[in-house]
Amino acid sequence: MKPPPFDYQLADSVSQALDLYARSEGDALWLAGGHSIVPSLALRLQAPSLLIDISRLPELMGITLTEEGLRIGALATHAQILSDPLVRTHAPLLSEAAAHVAHPAIRNRATFGGNLVLADPASEFPAVVRCLDAVFDIVGPEGARQVGVEDFFLDLFTTALEPGEILRSVLIPPAPASLRCGFDELARRHGDFAMVGAAVWLVVAEGVTTEARICFHSVGPTPMRATLVEEALRGRPLAADEINAAQAVLGNDLDPADDVTLPGATRLHLARVLLGRILHRLAGQTAMETAA
Amino acid sequence: MTLPLHLTVNGQSVAEHVEPRTSLADFLRDRLRLTGTHLGCEMGVCGACLVLLDGKPVHGCLVLAVQAAGSEVQTIEGLAESGALADLQRAFHERNALQCGYCTPGMLITAHSLLETTPAPDRGEIRTALSGNFCRCTGYESIVDAIAVTIERRAEGAGA
Amino acid sequence: MSDRPAHIGQPHLRHNALRHLAGRGAYVSDLQLPRMLHAAFLRSPMAHGLITALDVEEARTAPGVVAVFTAAELNARCKSWTSGLGHFAGMVSVPQNILAEREVLWAGHPVAMVVARSRAEAEDACERILLDLDELEPVSGVDEVLLPGAPLAADGLESNLCFRTELKTEGVAQAFARAAHVVEGDYAFGRHTPVTLEPRAVVADYTPSSGQLTVHHGTQTPYQFQDIYARQFGLPDHKVRVIAPDVGGSFGMKLHLYNEEMAAVAATLILHRPVRFVADRLESFVSDIHAREHHVRARMALDADGTILAMDVEDRTPIGAFSAYPRTSVVEGNQSIRLMGAPYRMPDYRGELKVLFQNKVQASQYRAVGHPIACQVTEALVDQAAALLNIDPWEIRARNVVPDDAYPCTSPTGYQFEKLSHEKSLRLLREMIDYDGLRRDQAELRNAGIHRGIGLATFVEITNPGAAFYGVGGARISAQDGAVVRLTPGGEVHCAISVTEQGQGTETIMAQIVADQLGVNPDQVKVTTGDTDTTPSGGAAWACRGAGIGGETALRAGRKLARRIAEIAGAVLQADPDTLALRDGAVVDAATGVERLTLAEVGRIATYRPETLPAGTDNSLSVAQHFAPTGYPFGFTNGVQAALVEVDVETGMVRLLKHWVVEDCGRIINPLLVDEQIRGGVVQGLGPALFEECLYDENGQLQNGSLADYLVPMACEMPDIIIGHVETPTEDTILGAKGVGEAGTAAAGAAVMNAVNDALSPFGARLMQTPMTPARILAALCVGQG
Repeated sequence: MKPPPFDYQLADSVSQALDLYARSEGDALWLAGGHSIVPSLALRLQAPSLLIDISRLPELMGITLTEEGLRIGALATHAQILSDPLVRTHAPLLSEAAAHVAHPAIRNRATFGGNLVLADPASEFPAVVRCLDAVFDIVGPEGARQVGVEDFFLDLFTTALEPGEILRSVLIPPAPASLRCGFDELARRHGDFAMVGAAVWLVVAEGVTTEARICFHSVGPTPMRATLVEEALRGRPLAADEINAAQAVLGNDLDPADDVTLPGATRLHLARVLLGRILHRLAGQTAMETAA
Repeated sequence: MTLPLHLTVNGQSVAEHVEPRTSLADFLRDRLRLTGTHLGCEMGVCGACLVLLDGKPVHGCLVLAVQAAGSEVQTIEGLAESGALADLQRAFHERNALQCGYCTPGMLITAHSLLETTPAPDRGEIRTALSGNFCRCTGYESIVDAIAVTIERRAEGAGA
Repeated sequence: MSDRPAHIGQPHLRHNALRHLAGRGAYVSDLQLPRMLHAAFLRSPMAHGLITALDVEEARTAPGVVAVFTAAELNARCKSWTSGLGHFAGMVSVPQNILAEREVLWAGHPVAMVVARSRAEAEDACERILLDLDELEPVSGVDEVLLPGAPLAADGLESNLCFRTELKTEGVAQAFARAAHVVEGDYAFGRHTPVTLEPRAVVADYTPSSGQLTVHHGTQTPYQFQDIYARQFGLPDHKVRVIAPDVGGSFGMKLHLYNEEMAAVAATLILHRPVRFVADRLESFVSDIHAREHHVRARMALDADGTILAMDVEDRTPIGAFSAYPRTSVVEGNQSIRLMGAPYRMPDYRGELKVLFQNKVQASQYRAVGHPIACQVTEALVDQAAALLNIDPWEIRARNVVPDDAYPCTSPTGYQFEKLSHEKSLRLLREMIDYDGLRRDQAELRNAGIHRGIGLATFVEITNPGAAFYGVGGARISAQDGAVVRLTPGGEVHCAISVTEQGQGTETIMAQIVADQLGVNPDQVKVTTGDTDTTPSGGAAWACRGAGIGGETALRAGRKLARRIAEIAGAVLQADPDTLALRDGAVVDAATGVERLTLAEVGRIATYRPETLPAGTDNSLSVAQHFAPTGYPFGFTNGVQAALVEVDVETGMVRLLKHWVVEDCGRIINPLLVDEQIRGGVVQGLGPALFEECLYDENGQLQNGSLADYLVPMACEMPDIIIGHVETPTEDTILGAKGVGEAGTAAAGAAVMNAVNDALSPFGARLMQTPMTPARILAALCVGQG
């Protein structure tokens, strides 16, 4: 498990990085935390001529609160996502999910941006940012562009990022008032890729769900929105009957395939159980706050 | 192709040339002969290769050596010689929290980091912190015990 | 000799652990020798096929490459090997060679070897080898592999049956005929693999000028490999030195012969430079032995009051395309069918074993060989009977175990038991776990929708194996051990012994045992292991023999040296040696305890002033002792385990809340080390019960061959484990110790399976397959099946 030979260049600036890429004639890969690329090289699944190290680019660093929302640099580590006070306040769904991502040492080095551009359908963050309606700030040879999350995750390990483009940051729009959100997953062992996971984002005003975004991971080729479930919740009280009804329509949103560890029908069942548990928890939160 | 690499390892500055494909773990083991950093999976799931990179535990198998340029690396050898692990080592020894010893450096580095960053973890939190460290010999309980007793002793020491 | 056992039975700490805690372990994978080369292998991508083209020319010119070998070069250097044991009559297996010549037998079978300056360059060159295969239909099923016309796993086989045997008592048919109740089931056990954290590692180093082959080999059995390398490569055995330094886990996996280790030896014999092979984790999954896939159909007959009358068992166990060498892959199944029902007074038994070939990685002995299967099947049937007869699971066991006063006795499968303690163990367990309290909690929580289960499993463990295990079958595997104990000129002690250390504490307990014979502190006893040049030949570490056989060897060697010291001291002091004893590092007057001569003084006189001793005094301060068990063929131990689990019946997830073990390994030499052997063993049993399984597709491709996909037990999911002891020493030896290495693994899976089924009992669901994954638990509950 030793990688094939390649060259390495440490980029000092985004423009230098883009220039290096251009000169590689497409035979280069970006390297940041390296936690996906290095094992894939060790497995000899890829053989680029050049790795361009973008892990020290200041333009990709930092977590800041702006008028547009919370801007998270692509180089933010999972550990920062877990513990950063701005994330905890303005995107708690992300910090909640980060606790489920792998293990402490991995989180120290693996990057948020690297995780998103890999687009592993079993990964937590893609589902969460889809729930949060994030906007991707991408820079490439043609300049910068913004891509909404609904247009970003295209397929298994495939995103809207073109070869030679760099994900610079991700913008999380401001959270509305009366937001209730929760993340959970079912994993065989702590830190494993989940059998199924879900991020739930609800606006609940006076006991009634006015807006809903629900996104699952590990159930399809991309993070999967459950739009029919969202529809079933919208405009209705967040209560047991409505939750049951929402669970009942999940099978119309998701159709997980059989795989070597789990039949698709069982995975769907688990998704339904998980959905119910998160929704009941969120309903309980509301009730508790009302009671208080 | 090799590239020049300058970094600090266990407090000493190191200047070498490495192939870019060399992992930090292989560099430490094969070039610097710091063989206490072990390889168990080479894909970041067993924890045998943990080292401190600028003070934080990372997998030596997932970091290219060239990416550690300018950084401060501490390995089990450096940490042991500095005395930073003395009480953990004592507790592991007394509790027999190791058998074949192959996971032990990674376990100690995880434990060291946990105790640096978390004030008073309970057994559940200790087990969670160890969730990325595979041990085939002990069944983990003795390792959890050894860390728990170190926490107690440090608290008593701090209170005294 | 010393008359006061002071250290046997004490929780002495492992001195050799301190090196590991400082990052100063010395494993084969750490070794660098001058001019050392690195090996990598091109492996078959197919489970079964014929090689139609193999072109290595481009690899030969790749950067850093020193040599590329195919079967033509390497196999010629080494005799082929064929697995077999004389006492497994009718067993077949095809001959094996280092590299595949014509036919590839599993996905991972080495076809070519690259030797280069670095492992990375060797891997680069492997990518330049051209291999074409004609795919043959892989053998991957169970019962169907024996059907007429089924494809064969290897050329030269007449069928896919490696071995068949049947054990049968006279009355088994009658027992079933007159039984008031019969319970039965089809039980399936997933293939799993040992996953030592340090992968297999070897550095082979041949020096032509001296004709010396030195193999640094991460193994538990260096003498066995010394013999294998000598015979297979045609070298005199004293010119073959095998050194096993620190070994990063072994568990039976590192005592089998593997193609890659043989290739490294062949390569150094050709290249005259050290050749290193260290498996990476992907290679481990497709080349380390796998273990314990069993498909068992079993019935148990009981009379009206729940007394077990008989069992009838059919065990089919697939092993790979050939049987492993030199121990065979039949032992696993053989022990499985012989341990069925072992804890119980069961007059009649029929057990049929079929060992089957498949085109998968070879499967063979792994920690607790056969035990978990026998235990899980037996204990599942006992629980099924308890449920059927409405008897409490503890009660049915208490009624049926062989009573503690009924020994010696023989099982219906032919095992002779010297003295076991099932009744005492069950009673102790019941107190430890507060069984009635657990049942009360369980009932209350059930009302609240929380489903906990309590599982019990009694077990019998095979330890201290004599020559009946392998030697009588013609295998060159030693059942005896040897030790050389010497008093140094400075009055300290050195013990070189053939049992080996993989972290279980061998060196520590040997120091304790020798120290007690010589009246010194264990810190004064240096123990050397794992080098065929510097230690006497012996069996080393397998089948739980270190403490019982190795310990007895050390004890007898220590006593021999103690006698020698007393004789020398007697000569110096003009005293009868029988009036002297060894205490606190000195020769003392046995009656008064008055110090007469320090050991340092004995060492000094015997070494530097032997001329001052009376004529005829033997001044040899080194003594050698070998020991082989001569009493019972095996030293059986026993115990009982309990598991408390909580099953989430909506998700099929199992939480292990707590686990208990009561164990009787005879004389306990070091309670700290014994307990940690048990805990580690339990977790190695819990892994395959809940997580571990090598998943193959129908083409014989392993689907989860990485440590990210193959789920080993990790800290978060494992329970705390409470341990209690009963101590029934064997009277076969002076020491009285038996083994403990397999005890945890033997019954942990059975206890947790019974616990899960206990939790599921309100739903009428029952699992008979491990690992008990969420998918299987939900299927048993008929939930989420679409």
